[in-house]
Amino acid sequence: MTNTDFHTRSACELRESVACGQVSAVELVRLFLGRIEKHDGRLNAFLHLCPERALAEAAAVDRARAAGEPLGPLAGVPVAIKDNLCTRGIPTTCASKMLAGYTPPYDAHVVEKLRSAGAVLLGKLNLDEFAMGSSTENSAFGPTRNPWDLERTPGGSSGGPAAAVAACLSAVALGSDTGGSVRQPASFCGVTAIKPTYGRVSRYGLVAFASSLDQVGPLGRSVRDAARMLSVVAGHDPRDATSVATATEPYEDECGKAVRGMRVGVVQEGLGQGCDSDVTGALAKAVDTLRTLGCEPVEISLPHLRYAVSTYYIVAPAEASSNLARFDGVRYGLRVRGGDLIDTYGKTRAAGFGPEVKRRIMLGTYALSAGYYDAFYLKAQKVRTLIWQDYQAAFAKCDVLVSPTAPTPAFLLGEKLSDPLAMYLQDIFTLPISLAGIPAVSVPCGFSGQGLPIGMQVCAPAFMEGRLVRIAHAFEQACGLSSRTPPDFS
Amino acid sequence: MVVSYEPVIGLEVHSQLLVRSKMFCGCSTQFGAPPNTNVCPVCLGLPGALPVPNRAAIAMAVRTALALGCQINTHSRFARKNYFYPDMAKGYQISQYELPIGEHGALTIETDGVKRRVGITRLHQEEDAAKNLHGGASGHNTLVDFNRGGTPLMEIVSEPDLRSAAEVEEYLKRLREILMFLGVNDGNLEEGSFRCDANISIRPVGEPKFGTRVELKNINSFRFVRKAIEHEIVRQQGVLQGGGVVIQETRSYSPEQDKTVVMRGKEEATDYRYFPDPDLPPLVLSETMMAEARALLLELPAAKRARWTTELGLTDYDATVLSAHPGVAAFFEQCAAALPPLCQGKLTSSEAGKRAANFIQSEVLRRTKTEGLDAQFPTSAQALAELLSLVEQGVVSGKMAKDIFAEMATTGAGAKKIVDVKGLAQVKDSSLIESQAKQVVESNAKQVEQYRSGKTSVFGFFVGQIMKATQGSADPKLVNEVLHRLLDQP
Repeated sequence: MTNTDFHTRSACELRESVACGQVSAVELVRLFLGRIEKHDGRLNAFLHLCPERALAEAAAVDRARAAGEPLGPLAGVPVAIKDNLCTRGIPTTCASKMLAGYTPPYDAHVVEKLRSAGAVLLGKLNLDEFAMGSSTENSAFGPTRNPWDLERTPGGSSGGPAAAVAACLSAVALGSDTGGSVRQPASFCGVTAIKPTYGRVSRYGLVAFASSLDQVGPLGRSVRDAARMLSVVAGHDPRDATSVATATEPYEDECGKAVRGMRVGVVQEGLGQGCDSDVTGALAKAVDTLRTLGCEPVEISLPHLRYAVSTYYIVAPAEASSNLARFDGVRYGLRVRGGDLIDTYGKTRAAGFGPEVKRRIMLGTYALSAGYYDAFYLKAQKVRTLIWQDYQAAFAKCDVLVSPTAPTPAFLLGEKLSDPLAMYLQDIFTLPISLAGIPAVSVPCGFSGQGLPIGMQVCAPAFMEGRLVRIAHAFEQACGLSSRTPPDFS
Repeated sequence: MVVSYEPVIGLEVHSQLLVRSKMFCGCSTQFGAPPNTNVCPVCLGLPGALPVPNRAAIAMAVRTALALGCQINTHSRFARKNYFYPDMAKGYQISQYELPIGEHGALTIETDGVKRRVGITRLHQEEDAAKNLHGGASGHNTLVDFNRGGTPLMEIVSEPDLRSAAEVEEYLKRLREILMFLGVNDGNLEEGSFRCDANISIRPVGEPKFGTRVELKNINSFRFVRKAIEHEIVRQQGVLQGGGVVIQETRSYSPEQDKTVVMRGKEEATDYRYFPDPDLPPLVLSETMMAEARALLLELPAAKRARWTTELGLTDYDATVLSAHPGVAAFFEQCAAALPPLCQGKLTSSEAGKRAANFIQSEVLRRTKTEGLDAQFPTSAQALAELLSLVEQGVVSGKMAKDIFAEMATTGAGAKKIVDVKGLAQVKDSSLIESQAKQVVESNAKQVEQYRSGKTSVFGFFVGQIMKATQGSADPKLVNEVLHRLLDQP
């Protein structure tokens, strides 16, 4: 039996291979651990590996299979998780010095779900510190590199997950998305990612960045993989008061269904200056592909989208400034002793947080402070409603909306570090969707002239993840771009 | 020229709630557990943890707000109050800011015959802080016990309508008894289940503008509340009369020094940067919940006392004693209600009330143990009613009843049983009493002469002699009748 290409197979295929005995779960784990050892030095996608545990979990799957017991939908599938998701007994650092060595005493809800589905955890993946960033350069433990070009960023904040999946160091991964943090890295690395409707997936155990925006999202090398992961982790959790009781569906069942007649709105905003011509070109071709599938493209304008970046960069940092107040050196994490209590707080947080985190805490504190709350935070929340209304109006005319996922392909490491605002503009297409709370998927739709992946983003009304899976799968099948592996990592 | 000042006082009461679990997690609220044992990721503020509201606590807050005549905000919101302190695990307290549970209520009190309607500005729900224990072995450390952290609290804020220390004490007493009667608080000040801060200022009589106010924190004992308020009023008067200005600051009352001392100055006024908590969707109080709350609104102590004094003719004093504890009030009402049927309708409810009131105060209360809201009575209310009915029917005398009750308390036997077994039924045989009386009168000529010459107090001697001869079982009314007949003759 050859396992030379198991690492390129989809998670769904791997699960079937394990279930039918073609390969053992333990062999799969060994294969992926071997690839990590060989390749991750170049990528720095992994912050922590748990090989013994993974082998033990895999062995349990193999025993269950041998005993004829029923196997879960991800049985034996090697997965990896962004390091802002709590894993009991396994370090969870959020890529921050503040939590270096911190080991949570509990599993996040989504981690519990993956385990029950039989998935095998390989390790924890790199991110921008506390999920704040668009390039994974804000990690306290070094950036992750893009497997398509090691001089470039994999995007962020879920750069680790996107790079690991793209380079076949893990079959699938879980990331988190607040303003685009699974979608944009997926676009940069040529993989597929879903940001669910806000409230679709429990946030219990996801270290909070912006509570009204954060969602856990799957990344995979096919729409089907992402859909199956979503089905496994979605659903109501009584431990998260913002998680909804709306029933989930088997999203995978949408794969293969026809999309003829689907009205596809092409968002006009953002396609002008600042958007790379390769990107707009790739999107235009993608729209043509959708047309050949029987979809009906129509131009759509979302007039308040131009306020999305400003709105997001008031709301998200405001919530973050409050969410990160718990990192004070008292109960866990880094403590730097000062002369008195205030001094200890100050020294601990100065040493523990990186510059971008500090920047956002300051921004957020300012936006909430007395005399400014009305003009900033309250106003931003009102504009957020206007953005949401733009989407409601658009969905009266269309079934889904499409745009590029990011205005450019992956940029060079260090290229945007000196200009935070330029970095923020990376998320121009993804931010408004997060503000509106609606679901979106990023699928590979082309390559730049330099051979860098380009992604198309599709969004749908709230809780219509099934519709997204249907159209993304149809597109993926028509394009055949998804299962391409970066040349250096095949 | 001596200016006459009037005090202007507003109170903030923090009341714990008699619920089994904390406000936002399932940890136990039980007092006295070993430190840091009733804790979990949520109340420890671990990364990734999320709050979920306690329905029973909210129901109690709604009930209390209704009892205080508040308008209920059926759409209510939790807010984050952001500040750093070791007893605040998340770096913010979940409280309420805009849209508290209740607003614009009132509590009427009466002191020295003067009625005062004290406005209730608002009632809101929040979580309690953990407990800091200063000192430690070396004297330099502060230990933090998170058992209390996250316990549900109600904050009840009054308008600055109080005008004296006596009124403050009366307001607190009335508020505490309402909370006890509603079953939401056990009224235990020692365990800190009911805490009070006062805002005190003074102004020249007739001056509409408020003076500078001083916050007096943690007045946690009815013993000290009057002294603390009085001392602060006198202190402020002294400052103003001496030509100075009152400084806005926070003070506490020191019982040892019998004065108020500064805790912290104005420069530490904090901007709490309140914003609606994004982890907790808006609270919608359904009609069902409102109906349930109203149904549990039992007759409150003030209304009870008013009813007892008008319908049952109890004195104000008796009514106050019997309404001091909800268990005692219930016992009294049960007994008073059970009595008339046992007397074949020959007793009015008013008379029954008075009989029960007197006996309970003289014989029952000193044998009753109260702890929090629990009360353990020496007998049941029904058993007491039975005993009192025997007195009504003349089967036993009032004096005899006291001895019988003592036996009921120790043996648990019923009144009728004790009377039968011990043959204590009153002697009503008038011929027997007549003959006894004659004998006593004949053998005590000296006393007869004393009585007939005007020393009426000697009458008691004759009664005593007859009682002795009949082992106390002679019907006192008959004895009196017979003796008067024999002695009042010339």
